[in-house]
Amino acid sequence: MDKLPDILGSLPYLLEGALLTLAITVLALISGFVIGLPLALLRVYGRKPAATLAAAYSTVLRGLPSLVVLFILFYGMAAVVKLPAFLAGCVALGFCSSAYQMELLRGAIQSVGPGQMMAARALGMSQLQAIIHIILPQALRLAIPSWSNEAAVVLKDSSLVYAVGLAELLRRSQQVAARTYQSFIVYSLCALIYFAMTFLANRGLDHAERALRLPTPLEETAH
Amino acid sequence: MSNAIVRVENLHKAYGDTEVLKGVNLEVDEGEVLVVIGPSGTGKSTMLRCINLLTRPDQGRVWVAGDEITAPHADVNQIRERVGMVFQDFNLFSHLTAEGNVMVALTKVKKMSKDEARKLAMFELERVGLSDKAQLYPAQLSGGQKQRVAIARALAMDPSVMLFDEPTSALDPELIGEVLEVMKKLAREGMTMIVVTHEMGFAREVSTRMIFMEHGVIAEQGPTQQLFYNPQHPRTREFLGKITELYGHEQGEA
Amino acid sequence: MDVTFWEMIWPALGRGLLTTLQISAVALTLGFLMGIPAALLRVYGPKWLRWLSVGYIEIFRGTPLLVQLFVIYYGLPDLARALEGLGIEAQFLVLDRMLAAYVALGLNSGAYQAEYFRSAIQAISSGQIMAARALGMSQFQAVTHIVLPQALRLAIPAWSNEVAYMVKYTSVVFIISVPDLLARGQFIISKYYNPMEILLTVGAIYLMIVLGLSTIMGKIERAATIPGLQMEVERG
Repeated sequence: MDKLPDILGSLPYLLEGALLTLAITVLALISGFVIGLPLALLRVYGRKPAATLAAAYSTVLRGLPSLVVLFILFYGMAAVVKLPAFLAGCVALGFCSSAYQMELLRGAIQSVGPGQMMAARALGMSQLQAIIHIILPQALRLAIPSWSNEAAVVLKDSSLVYAVGLAELLRRSQQVAARTYQSFIVYSLCALIYFAMTFLANRGLDHAERALRLPTPLEETAH
Repeated sequence: MSNAIVRVENLHKAYGDTEVLKGVNLEVDEGEVLVVIGPSGTGKSTMLRCINLLTRPDQGRVWVAGDEITAPHADVNQIRERVGMVFQDFNLFSHLTAEGNVMVALTKVKKMSKDEARKLAMFELERVGLSDKAQLYPAQLSGGQKQRVAIARALAMDPSVMLFDEPTSALDPELIGEVLEVMKKLAREGMTMIVVTHEMGFAREVSTRMIFMEHGVIAEQGPTQQLFYNPQHPRTREFLGKITELYGHEQGEA
Repeated sequence: MDVTFWEMIWPALGRGLLTTLQISAVALTLGFLMGIPAALLRVYGPKWLRWLSVGYIEIFRGTPLLVQLFVIYYGLPDLARALEGLGIEAQFLVLDRMLAAYVALGLNSGAYQAEYFRSAIQAISSGQIMAARALGMSQFQAVTHIVLPQALRLAIPAWSNEVAYMVKYTSVVFIISVPDLLARGQFIISKYYNPMEILLTVGAIYLMIVLGLSTIMGKIERAATIPGLQMEVERG
């Protein structure tokens, strides 16, 4: 217990690590969305080969451990291009997340129902216009709960970047634990910070979901 | 004590501020077929559920075949075995076949052997005319068939009294007849029954006594003929008039 | 990759794969044994047990698996030392790396499985229990004979996801030097320095295992299907 002041003194250092953790999470989520959304659209509206390719992409990435994807990018690619740990972490988690985001966006798009597309086309919209102006505004709202879940998953998975030596929250906790010989307290504190972050992220996205919810229930369902 | 199969004394039940039962007294003798009628929301189903304590009354006592189920240390499960219950929405166990539905309480509650239970289950399914559907799951049966399996399931426990909670109100009109037929047969065999229903044809044909419930109390009761053709209470008359209009005079009659 | 190289590395990767599968199997089993009671307590338990169950589930779902592994592998021995300083014998808290992996992954999986089972239990209509009670079953009998057989079937799709998830996430144990598939791969890399081939091979093995297990789980799901049971869930 005599080390407690020392541990508390390290709190700002840990919280800085938490900021890095958040940065990785946000960047991975954004890149996952940027890759996942077009793939989801291809999967639903694309022609056969493109839809199949998108499905294969999702199956492969969802079958690989994030840690393996991270190592492929960080160690495997090293011969070609030496990615910094931060970038490798963001890209690896982004790829993994893109497969999951693709699936949850596909589910949301499909639950908007074919009637909406038909009505939009009947008004003279092109397919792309219908997707942008009619389908996506509904589907993205419907996707928020699952997306909130995915955000928590990526936040937790960002701890894996520890393995390539980036000084994020877990790595810094390890340094503090090694210095103070108080592994139990330090790692528990680290867990608490992660818990607070996932909790707040979920709460924030819950609020977003309620704020953006459409006044009438969406009645159309798939099939 | 009288030889009543079911005796209910001063039953009270409230959900929050709404008083559903406000002092119900009732005695049902062996072999009686009692039909309970009344507007919806007047406590008919609640009274039925208080008899086997699926709903616990706030006040009042209930005896089944001489045992008080509301007594502090009563073996409620053991007393419930003797009270068969049929629900409006069937509540067949979704993961079991028709035969399995009839067997499960025999093997798990009555601790019968599987073979014995199967034999009895087939006998009861035969009784409701469904021995050929024994291996089908609830989802593969029509509503009328489901309700007949539910009746067989309750009968297999060899109950002293059967409670029917609006057994036909969830059914399509063309399926009501087959369920009523089974119930009539049961009545003719001498089963003691308490039936909450709007089927006036059934009531007139087989019930021995009728009860009109309103606002959580029994407003009027008497022999079927009397309540049907010479109701004393103006509200009973009004209700009977409405229900005949709604359900048709001859409906349910064989 | 030539044939002789593959022959050289395969025994090591095979041993690693066995360790990976072994940890997954133990974690899933332990998770099942934790998840069922946690779910039942969360739905049917008295208030204080319900809170205990919620606490367990939320803590393990709200923090990273790797951090849980660190608390258990590095943190608990430290706690044991502190307790011994106070005169309390707590040597059982010191786990070797394999045991730490089992416990961390098992507790983690238990929290997720508890949530799958809970939503399956809650998808079953209250009429099912009422009918069971009306037949004279006790609450316990109604849960074991009527609710669980249905809930377990309903939970199979979520459970197959959990199987794939666990196999993939066992790879974190490599960080505390458990010789799993990824650790064996890393060891070969450090020896021959050919990271891309080895990592792609390791990835392909994970992928095949995950796809194979998903196929098996799909078969089990179809074999356990009961007409109508799935539909009721979709209807909510």
